[in-house]
Amino acid sequence: MSDEPEKKRGLFGRLFGGKPDDRAPGPETVADTPPSNAVVPAFEGGEGRDVPAGIPAAASTEELPAKQGWLQRLKAGLAKTSTKLSDGITGVFTKRKLDNETLEDLEDVLIQADLGLETTERVLATLRKTRFDKTIAPEEVRQVLAEEVERVLTPVAVPLRISGLNQPEVILFVGVNGTGKTTTIGKLAARFRTEGRSVLLAAGDTFRAAAIEQLSVWGERTGVRVVSREVGADAAGLAFDALSEAKRDKIDVLMIDTAGRLQNKKGLMEELEKVVRVLKKSDPTAPHQVLLVLDATTGQNAISQVEAFQLVAGVTGIVMTKLDGTARGGILVAISAKFKVPVVALGVGERVEDLQPFDAREFAQAIAQS
Amino acid sequence: MFQSLSDRLSGVFDKLTRRGSLSESDVNDAMREVRRALLEADVALDVVRDFTDKVKAKAVGANVVKSISPGQMVIKIVNDELVAMLGSDASPIDLNAQPPVTILMVGLQGSGKTTTTAKIGHRLTTRDKKKVLMASLDTRRPAAMEQLIILGHQITVDVLPIVAGQTPLQIAMRAQETARTGGFDVLLLDTAGRTTIDEELMDEVAEVKRATSPHEVLLVADALTGQDAVNTAKAFEARVGVTGIVLTRVDGDGRGGAALSMRAVTGRPIKLIGVGEKWDALEDFDPKRIAGRILGMGDIVGLVERAAQTLDAGKAMAIAEKMRKGSFDLDDLSEQLKQVEQLGGMGSIMGMMPGIGKMKKQIEAAGGIDEKMIKRQRAIISSMTPHERRNPKVLDGKRKRRVAAGSGTKPEDVNRLLKQHRDMADMMKMMKKTPGMMGKMAGMMGLGGGGGFGGGMGGGQPSAAELEAMQKELAQLDPQAIAQLPKDVQEALKALPKAGQQQASKTATLPGLGGGLPGLGGGRLPGLGGPALPKGSFPFGGRKK
Ligand SMILES: Nc1nc2c(ncn2[C@@H]2O[C@H](COP(=O)(O)OP(=O)(O)OP(=O)(O)O)[C@@H](O)[C@H]2O)c(=O)[nH]1
Ligand SMILES: Nc1nc2c(ncn2[C@@H]2O[C@H](COP(=O)(O)OP(=O)(O)OP(=O)(O)O)[C@@H](O)[C@H]2O)c(=O)[nH]1
Ligand SMILES: [Mg+2]
Ligand SMILES: [Mg+2]
Repeated sequence: MSDEPEKKRGLFGRLFGGKPDDRAPGPETVADTPPSNAVVPAFEGGEGRDVPAGIPAAASTEELPAKQGWLQRLKAGLAKTSTKLSDGITGVFTKRKLDNETLEDLEDVLIQADLGLETTERVLATLRKTRFDKTIAPEEVRQVLAEEVERVLTPVAVPLRISGLNQPEVILFVGVNGTGKTTTIGKLAARFRTEGRSVLLAAGDTFRAAAIEQLSVWGERTGVRVVSREVGADAAGLAFDALSEAKRDKIDVLMIDTAGRLQNKKGLMEELEKVVRVLKKSDPTAPHQVLLVLDATTGQNAISQVEAFQLVAGVTGIVMTKLDGTARGGILVAISAKFKVPVVALGVGERVEDLQPFDAREFAQAIAQS
Repeated sequence: MFQSLSDRLSGVFDKLTRRGSLSESDVNDAMREVRRALLEADVALDVVRDFTDKVKAKAVGANVVKSISPGQMVIKIVNDELVAMLGSDASPIDLNAQPPVTILMVGLQGSGKTTTTAKIGHRLTTRDKKKVLMASLDTRRPAAMEQLIILGHQITVDVLPIVAGQTPLQIAMRAQETARTGGFDVLLLDTAGRTTIDEELMDEVAEVKRATSPHEVLLVADALTGQDAVNTAKAFEARVGVTGIVLTRVDGDGRGGAALSMRAVTGRPIKLIGVGEKWDALEDFDPKRIAGRILGMGDIVGLVERAAQTLDAGKAMAIAEKMRKGSFDLDDLSEQLKQVEQLGGMGSIMGMMPGIGKMKKQIEAAGGIDEKMIKRQRAIISSMTPHERRNPKVLDGKRKRRVAAGSGTKPEDVNRLLKQHRDMADMMKMMKKTPGMMGKMAGMMGLGGGGGFGGGMGGGQPSAAELEAMQKELAQLDPQAIAQLPKDVQEALKALPKAGQQQASKTATLPGLGGGLPGLGGGRLPGLGGPALPKGSFPFGGRKK
């Protein structure tokens, strides 16, 4: 069925030289006891934490090497596409002063990274204000550019945290179709298990063909139980039951998958609203986190996605996926400026380990290519 | 978020004096706005540049017809060129080959390949009476093969059984063998999603293509894709070679610039569009519709379809009948408000309408359309007794206070609602006096005058001849009767002849849209409460120059 050949090793696998089949899910040896410390950052560091057998050690200690890998990977991706940001900037600035024409060219360069017109213009306005008509070295422009982008992104670089105050911490996943919700849940399940937390998954996509089976495979991979109902069942009811079960079994983290839905479908958005409402009936503080999963290839529409899901479900964090492709996800800059929603993780592949914390500087540098 | 191109261009050209032809600098200014519009719609930058160059060449020196503004002229050129570039001729899936005809589906992760495979399977089976076999070569994504099997079951199309441990290439060969021996007409090969820089996976799909010699290779791409559309399209075209493109999630509210980008960089036609998650949500590509969206001119077709789906035609007809009889009571108003609500709220409707950006701003300036207002107004009506609803006249101060308290509003709100109802009723009476015009206007108000609801809606914008006829009817109206009408209605009527004169201008498209919006008649939007619409802007067009 889905036995992935090991020809393509995951990013972490390559970075840490771990055995490819280390990816295998952790068996039920993971302690079900909740972590003793109240606040454990889900993504930060890994030293001193017990790593359960069967979970790749690398997955929890990605801090330093991952940074490098993320940038390298992006650069590799960038190098393979034709009109490149770096070429663009270098080409533009070795030749000329920072005049209007140059700024116009630079505008093109940023637009191609999907920053959108408005954000591009804001970045350019900074350049215009500080450097207009000065001869400017290529490195300097990249620097200014990266700094400006980083400035926008820094406030939203907030790692995913499990407060430890809620049992369970309820995390609801939302987003349009095919962005990577189910996959991200799978990746996070492995992560949480690595951190020694007990996890329960709820197959809230009762609509799409084999959505339940897909999540179940992730459950098997990560050694996590999946609560499901029959196809076509009420997603809100399922979420409620899952929460009751998680409470009963003293689960640390409950992750609820939902069907993909386009934000302009009123009925489907109302259905999502209902899931949130019903959860609150069981626990008024739930869901504690609502993660919106965005696809990096998405253009300007991502803005209205954030807007709509924010309104209906109260998004607390963003996960951007598919950054291992050619898309740079520059729309995230526009989104950060506008909504200031934390970006809690990035998806960089299809494997369990292909999830990374969001680092504003790396992301900015990848866009500015310094 | 996006201002429509027509609004922007009218801004650009407002500054200019009217000339007989367009100068190069006029056109350059306009092209900057066109560029913006295209970029905001996610058309890839290189493609935008080529496009504006082409349009510029056509626009400079183009003669501007007297009745058309330069902005209109440019929009027409841009629109025509866009449609031409998107491909004006339909190019359906080609099955003209020795069966089994193999169709290979490729694309990025999550673009909609598996869903589209099932949709095509369903279409070929039911519409074209073909014997179709589907096979999943996706050995990677969890439950990908189960997904196709379940879909096959739902649409009763055969799916190649799973044999564990086979490579995609092996599955493809087995599928072709099964298709041959089983007498299938068409074989659909679904593949795993892949990024274009994953060399191994690109090799894999290229190998499958070599081995199976598919008659069609369809690149399935998300209509919401941004600038990356060119990278993806170029890479799949170069490494695999595609024969056509399927655009999915066209049911979203993206502007769909990816369509133009992909078409332009591959030279391959867009063959189909996905407009939903169900297996029948597959349509032939209509370049005009996408062109309208890319330019931000509003998706008129989409609006009409959506309205037709949402609104209860039967109820609308019943209301129209009451209007005809002049017995439009508060229950009817409530029903109308509800239908407006069901359309997805004013905000989303207005966003879909061409030329609406400016008007929206004016309305916002005038206090804004309060979507809650519609709810509140309906609450007011529901706090009345059935008797009061049918006979609003009985509502005295005391009753009004009771209704206000019951609906959590103020007596002023109740008064405002009653005035709105009176205005509408007056309008109906006026229409009753002039039978010829009545049907037309009722139609414009989306209440199914003339040819019933469908006719009123689908009729779209009135033709020049129809507008002229309406003008004539208007001229025959008793001026005194008009003078008795509420001021906003008078103004709307006055604006009508203008729409007739400028029938080629963008504002003249508004009456057509009026047809899709019940409850918006009479120049007064429900939910808008106090202020009437900005002068002459709706529903009878004629933005004043
Ligand atoms: N390259 C890449 N692919 C990803 C990433 N995340 C998810 N995917 C793939 O994207 C496709 C869709 O992922 P899903 O997790 O099913 O997406 P979803 O949002 O649950 O989709 P729906 O439930 O259908 O709305 C799958 O093929 C995943 O393997 C990522 O970070 N990189
Ligand atoms: N709204 C809408 N959703 C669609 C459309 N086409 C596909 N989808 C949804 O998009 C998601 C992904 O579709 P799939 O068919 O699984 O995509 P895929 O390309 O096969 O994905 P991978 O095999 O993981 O690469 C599902 O939730 C589908 O229901 C469409 O035209 N409109
Ligand atoms: Mg899913
Ligand atoms: Mg698939």
